[in-house]
Amino acid sequence: MIKLDHVGIRFTGKEQTLDVLSGINLELQDGSFTVVIGESGCGKTTLLNLIAGFESPTSGHLSIDGTPITGPGADRGVVFQDDALLPWQTVKENVAFGLQLAGNSKAEREQQAHKYLKLTGLEAFTDYPIWKISGGMRQRVGLARALAVDPRFLLLDEPLGALDALTRARMQEHLLHVWKHSGKGMLMITHSVEEALFLATDLVLLRARPGRIDSIRQLDFGRRFAEGESARSIKSSREFVELREQVLQELLTQEGVPV
Amino acid sequence: MSEQAREFALNEFFKAPQHLQQSDQTSATPASVTPALHNFHQWRDHLPDRAYSLLTFALLLVIWYAISAFKVAPELFLPSPAAVLRKFISVADEGFVDASLLAHTATSIARVLVALILATVTAVPIGIFIGLNRYARATIDPLIDFYRPIPPLAYLPLIVIWFGIGETSKVILIYLAVFAPISISTVQGVRRVDQSRIRASLSLGANRWQLIRYVILPSALPDVLTGIRIGLGVGWSTLVAAELIAATRGLGFMIQSAAQFLVTDVVVMGIIVIALIAFIFEWGLRRLQKILVPWDEKT
Repeated sequence: MIKLDHVGIRFTGKEQTLDVLSGINLELQDGSFTVVIGESGCGKTTLLNLIAGFESPTSGHLSIDGTPITGPGADRGVVFQDDALLPWQTVKENVAFGLQLAGNSKAEREQQAHKYLKLTGLEAFTDYPIWKISGGMRQRVGLARALAVDPRFLLLDEPLGALDALTRARMQEHLLHVWKHSGKGMLMITHSVEEALFLATDLVLLRARPGRIDSIRQLDFGRRFAEGESARSIKSSREFVELREQVLQELLTQEGVPV
Repeated sequence: MSEQAREFALNEFFKAPQHLQQSDQTSATPASVTPALHNFHQWRDHLPDRAYSLLTFALLLVIWYAISAFKVAPELFLPSPAAVLRKFISVADEGFVDASLLAHTATSIARVLVALILATVTAVPIGIFIGLNRYARATIDPLIDFYRPIPPLAYLPLIVIWFGIGETSKVILIYLAVFAPISISTVQGVRRVDQSRIRASLSLGANRWQLIRYVILPSALPDVLTGIRIGLGVGWSTLVAAELIAATRGLGFMIQSAAQFLVTDVVVMGIIVIALIAFIFEWGLRRLQKILVPWDEKT
């Protein structure tokens, strides 16, 4: 479990100080799929960077399984919006990169890489150079690479933001598939309300200036999909549509000022 | 020619041909509509750029040939292409001032390559160090910025005083000329490494050394290769200039000796050989870049 206890981060500039995040209390349970949504500048990515260990909080504590988070580590895999892959490596080498860093033998690396290439549906592209595959496939390579080191949690920073609508919908289903089969705890940042509702077990809505948690909802659309219901039937169901409108309304509403 | 006739001719001359008006709006060419010219236009539009470049050189050669054939300039000032070619064969065969053409060329190339290898193995690590360490940058950058703009020939006399006129001083001179572009490109390459690439690798458990070895160095490789390419060009021109002043062998020395005896055909031949080698270096390194960093233009 990842635990955030009164976490805040403040940037001190020459003219003004800015509370990017303030008083964040959040628990990411193992096996949960937490999705964070909020307007631009509300500190979504900063929140993920704090958990990943890329940035340090100016107040409060972060811990994973009781151990304080002091920097990046292989227990928290990260998938980025721009795939952040290594273009001089093949698909397989990218997936096995974390294992190579950990000093695993070639045979072990091959075996693990193959397992996650299969899980992400990339078996046919094992030996392709990265710069020859499409954006959707690159994101799957990024996902497989993060999974291959067997992290406790997976942090996804708008991983589908750069994809076209069709690929994006497929990748959402794919993420749920991977989530169900890997059993990892997930934290994902997104701009899309529909995507957030579809994937989340815990939907966190952030407010800006200062960045803070407005609400946390428990949802089960993702579980329903994982148990076999079709994405179309879920996304067109009455609860889904109503909730989508409600969350959109909340996002569009300034605090206390209805639009 | 009557006034009318002239007007008609001018109109015809400036009127774009029918077939061009339809197919090629942008380059309406004043030309009469004969089938031969029509073919010429089509043929011209489909010619690759390289053909035009070759044509330029062919034209230059023709002009050169014409100047010597019609004796516009005396043989002493501008020998004919044939004379230069003959000289190329005879110098390649018999040599000039105690060494064959091959020996002169090999000496020059060896000097540049030794300096280039020394510069690469020192400038790349130093460039990475500067690129990663704020203090190293603050300390070393001003030194490079200070000496880089000085023409190498300006400090050649000092190097000769310190190291004599042997091979050492020439290698040091080229080394200094090549070091700056390679280290500067490396620093640039290191500083341009994608931040999320580094973060992703840290999240996969990379330590600092692994980060440099597996992420930063390969990410900077395209820039390093560009630096080496620029460095080789700078090194080659510096070397030949240095050989003009202080050497007993090498292409620059060969030209300088020939000039003293007014053997103009050897001078011209030497210049062409120098240009050809520079061209081969450039072409070879571009090929190497395509092979080593095929992802560079695609990402």
